[in-house]
Amino acid sequence: MKKIEAIIQPFKLEPVKEALHQISIQGMTVTEVKGFGRQKGLREVYRGMEYQVDFLPKVKIEVVASDEKAQAVVDAIIDKARTGRIGDGKIFVYPVAEVIRIRTGETGEGAV
Amino acid sequence: MNSADTAFVLVSAALVMLMTPGLALFYGGMVRSKNVLGTLMQNFIMLGVIGVQWALFGYSLAFGPDVGGIIGNLDWLGLNGVGLEPFKAYSETIPHQTFMIYQAMFAIITPALITGAWAERMKFSTFLVFIILWATLVYDPVAHWVWGDGGWLKGLGALDFAGGTVVHINAGVAALAAALVMGPRKGWGGYGNGAEAFIPHNLPMTVLGAGLLWFGWFGFNAGSALASGGLASTAFTATHLATCAAVLSWTGLEWIIRGKPTSLGAASGAVAGLVAVTPAAGFVGPMSAIIIGLGAGSICYLAVLAKVKLGYDDSLDVVGVHCVGGIWGALATGLLASKAINSAGADGLLFGNPQQLVIQTLAVGVIIVFSFIVSWGLLKILDATMGLRVTPEEEVAGLDLSEHQEAGYSI
Repeated sequence: MKKIEAIIQPFKLEPVKEALHQISIQGMTVTEVKGFGRQKGLREVYRGMEYQVDFLPKVKIEVVASDEKAQAVVDAIIDKARTGRIGDGKIFVYPVAEVIRIRTGETGEGAV
Repeated sequence: MNSADTAFVLVSAALVMLMTPGLALFYGGMVRSKNVLGTLMQNFIMLGVIGVQWALFGYSLAFGPDVGGIIGNLDWLGLNGVGLEPFKAYSETIPHQTFMIYQAMFAIITPALITGAWAERMKFSTFLVFIILWATLVYDPVAHWVWGDGGWLKGLGALDFAGGTVVHINAGVAALAAALVMGPRKGWGGYGNGAEAFIPHNLPMTVLGAGLLWFGWFGFNAGSALASGGLASTAFTATHLATCAAVLSWTGLEWIIRGKPTSLGAASGAVAGLVAVTPAAGFVGPMSAIIIGLGAGSICYLAVLAKVKLGYDDSLDVVGVHCVGGIWGALATGLLASKAINSAGADGLLFGNPQQLVIQTLAVGVIIVFSFIVSWGLLKILDATMGLRVTPEEEVAGLDLSEHQEAGYSI
């Protein structure tokens, strides 16, 4: 099993979610996060006080999928989240040691 | 006695009361989230503290029987003798008690305005002592000079319809003294040099607060006619038009200078317009009101920019908006007042009476000097005795936790 963690532009969440539904991904966790990469921050002005804002709002999606399905998830996210401009985000893929459904105690891929 | 006038002034009093929580939201949105409750609290508690001060002795000092044009005596201590019959020097058509409770709301919001200057760093206990002293030694005498029966500035013929000098210049100058005595917030470094960011945490709250202030201000200005009728309508219309114009001039100017019109600019422009039209509301026509508003939005915006260059940390721009806007409004009243609008008023410079501008300037100058000296002195004494600021650790933790043991937002 793999955990796919993707940091994307907030406005790309809907299309990515739809695409993951299409390939029968049944659950995901979404978090509003802040950070920066090569895009760097931006400047904001409040009543003439100008501030460098280093951390930009992004959305982090976490999905766990079987080894076979993981590549399809990655492809779907890349396809829907890409604008081609700087700031599109990153995807990290990790191995998952175990999954347990709390309600029933099931383990392994059946619990995903 | 007139029941329409009484109803109008009672409703106006309720409208002015709403301005204080409105101001709390206006200020609360501009601070960082760790100080939101501390900021709201300094405004909300004012209803309690000054409300009681006013009933015990504040009203008597401000409006009681005159002592030498300087102050009221203590005949009306505990509202003794403030009954349901009109007190003719203030109004012939509403109960004396109605006038008293209407004025109570002004006494409450005035020190609340100052809280923006020391936002995010003042110690709550010292704050309580300061506002009681300030209300008693600054607000009550100044209110007496300008509005009290026998007050010396009233006798000179200074025009201040709803409190441009008593409320806004007075509070704005005290705010300047406070910003200077207290010093900047920890990490505040002025303009664009990589200093810590003091970003407003909730501008929707600020815009809502500005909306409530605008709404309540109709009670403040139109209500100051103390009667339902033509004068109230004049003041209501002038108030609205000046505010509309100030929203446009503030956002327009920042669009030109900074490249974008901001929501904080629109909210600030509205308050600047309301401040500036306050002394003028019952004395000027609709087109004069628009001129006052256009001037207020642009002058106050430039004053706020100047603060950054001058380097004093008046956190929420009480000086730039209330002091500068109040001065502009008082002087503009000396330019634009017209007897054709209000025969009980006076003509301004542009209507052939240059003397009025001289009187207005004198009243402004006197209040600036008095308020600054007394406010400065009180703050210095409290700094040496109780300490004005929370500790640096408490300032980093935020006032919500350090002064009130609670958090504005939790999961």
